[in-house]
Amino acid sequence: MYSPVIIIEALLNGLMLGAVYALVALGLTLIYGVLHIVNFAHGALLTVAMYLVWLAFDRLGLDPYLSTAVITPLMFVIGYGLQRFIIGPASHGSDNGILLVTLGLSIIIQNLLLAGFNSDTRTIATDYAFEVVPIGPLLLGLPRVIGLGVSIVTAIILWLILDRTDIGKAIRAVAKEKLGASLVGIDVAHVYAVTFALGTACLAIAGGLLMPSFYVSPTTGAAFVLVAFTIVVLGGMGSIPGALIGGLLIGVVEAVSSLFLGDSLGQIGIFLIFILVLLFKPTGLFGARG
Amino acid sequence: MKTLMNAVSRRNVLKAGGAAATMLAAPGLVRAQAPTVKIGLLQPITGAFAGDGDLARIGAEYAIKEINDAGGIKALGGARLELLIGDSRSNAEAGAQATEQLKADGASIVIGGFASGIAMTATQAAARYELPFIIDSAVSDALMTRNLKNVFRMNPSFSMAADVALKNLVTLNDAAGKPAKTVAIVHEDGLLGSGLAKLMQERLPKLGLQVIETISHPTPARDMSNVVLRLRSLQPDLIIPSHYFNEFVLFARTLQQQRVKPKAGIYALFGGAASSYKFVSEFPEAAEGVMDVNHWGDPKNPVNDKLMETVKAAGKFYAYNAPINYSVVKVAAQALEFAKSKESGAIIEALSKNEFDSGVMPYGKSKFDATGQNVNAIPLNTQVQGGQIKVIYPDQFAQSKPKFPANG
Repeated sequence: MYSPVIIIEALLNGLMLGAVYALVALGLTLIYGVLHIVNFAHGALLTVAMYLVWLAFDRLGLDPYLSTAVITPLMFVIGYGLQRFIIGPASHGSDNGILLVTLGLSIIIQNLLLAGFNSDTRTIATDYAFEVVPIGPLLLGLPRVIGLGVSIVTAIILWLILDRTDIGKAIRAVAKEKLGASLVGIDVAHVYAVTFALGTACLAIAGGLLMPSFYVSPTTGAAFVLVAFTIVVLGGMGSIPGALIGGLLIGVVEAVSSLFLGDSLGQIGIFLIFILVLLFKPTGLFGARG
Repeated sequence: MKTLMNAVSRRNVLKAGGAAATMLAAPGLVRAQAPTVKIGLLQPITGAFAGDGDLARIGAEYAIKEINDAGGIKALGGARLELLIGDSRSNAEAGAQATEQLKADGASIVIGGFASGIAMTATQAAARYELPFIIDSAVSDALMTRNLKNVFRMNPSFSMAADVALKNLVTLNDAAGKPAKTVAIVHEDGLLGSGLAKLMQERLPKLGLQVIETISHPTPARDMSNVVLRLRSLQPDLIIPSHYFNEFVLFARTLQQQRVKPKAGIYALFGGAASSYKFVSEFPEAAEGVMDVNHWGDPKNPVNDKLMETVKAAGKFYAYNAPINYSVVKVAAQALEFAKSKESGAIIEALSKNEFDSGVMPYGKSKFDATGQNVNAIPLNTQVQGGQIKVIYPDQFAQSKPKFPANG
């Protein structure tokens, strides 16, 4: 019923949007993989990143892609501080405690944003937001194409950090065996905080990629985090390739099913895949743990 | 935050003022000071709709000042009007609480409500005290089917507006030589959008317009590119959207990016952003040519221009909330004149039995029927032309000729 051009374009749209989903999921899966907690503040922190991008554009006239370079380290520091000085100490070592603290944080952050920015929707108007990259008959939105590229590069960098650097080794060691890691002299609290900070920094990049074509209001992050949770479980909790592939997969499934079923019913596709994976491979696509 | 502070301090000031008035009205001093009548304005001052509540307040305050400057309520010895502000906090429960508070603070009549859900509970709360309540802009048909004697509605209901929207669409289309033959409906899958879609699917074919596709999407929507892709493939002549502000903006921006320009244009009913100056000023290109059927002040009424200037001076974007609340205050004041009393029963009777000047709304004489609905209320057709929202239909209010087909 649709011409192949439309279907191919839907597939590509799905891939490109899925890449940004993956970026949000990367942070979430990293934090889960190491800290073994579901970070409920993830959505609120994404919203914070998006507001920072908006502020930089609105007050300083900084291009969203340019400001991301500054906001990413800033969000890293925020993430580090949150884990080291609030979430860690307040949870007293209990996983349930961490869960509740992140939930509380998300409520506090959301309401602070509401108080500071009120509920108005903020958008960034850039010229290139409406640019398309024409590939034959296909019209691909420029911000989306950039999003795909940057997301993949970010995933590779993150993987390199974990695989090649000392802190990466420490993170993996803590993830596998916390007690053993601390016995060989790894500062577990520091590693936790760095992990949380890396996850939060991913959100800054996601925020920078979203803002040219999306909007931000105090509850915006929730729309993306719900799908990110799905991706994390689908890809295997704690798995970085899982988050990337899972994100791309969810993006494509969403795009194709909404093309044929409409956007409302299109969401069914996501959860259908989700249920199938849980039924036949409960650890997720790339999950190692049972 | 700022608005909240203002509202609170205003209330304190009003309380102090009220106390002062009571002291002055003490026996022996009666004739020295004109009495006051308190009008409650129930609006979302905080929460998701805070922007709307703020505009409504500006409109209502403008009307109060105008009436007081002209000598107050003459039938009550030049009584001055006082505005009490009740914050519905953008939700239905708080709306009912705030209405009770307005009653407790001595409001003789309450106006506002804004959203259907809030108006529903607030009018119910008012009914317990037989407190007259005039709804400003909530459209749900269900609001006026409850046989509540105290509830009146200034604005047209959803079905009244839909009738006008369809009639005007046919008129516009016929006048332009029927450029629109096929229609795609894009709607959010909640109550508002689904209701509209159902109605359009039933009525459009009878009017000679073929509905080739109905696409629903959830709110909030993360992405509109697949919706737009379908539209690009189907190439409808006309798109009828129905979503809230954010989704409408996202949709219009995606249409622009994907170079989808339906020949006849985009025709919204109560469009989330289609008649919002915020949208028009932030995305002028995406907004250009978009048509909407919505509450709107009569552009030929000079007071409407002054209201626009007042809103602009406050650093806000003009929207219908300001003119409609201005007008509801005017109707309330006329009702007080007719009633010659600030008793609830007398005001309700006055509202039921008389015709009212409609302020800046294009309603001619406002007249409330047995259900409390203003039978003469109509929405206006607007179109974004050259970065301005212009009224294009009906002719007696039109500022500019419709550009239909919008992309022809």
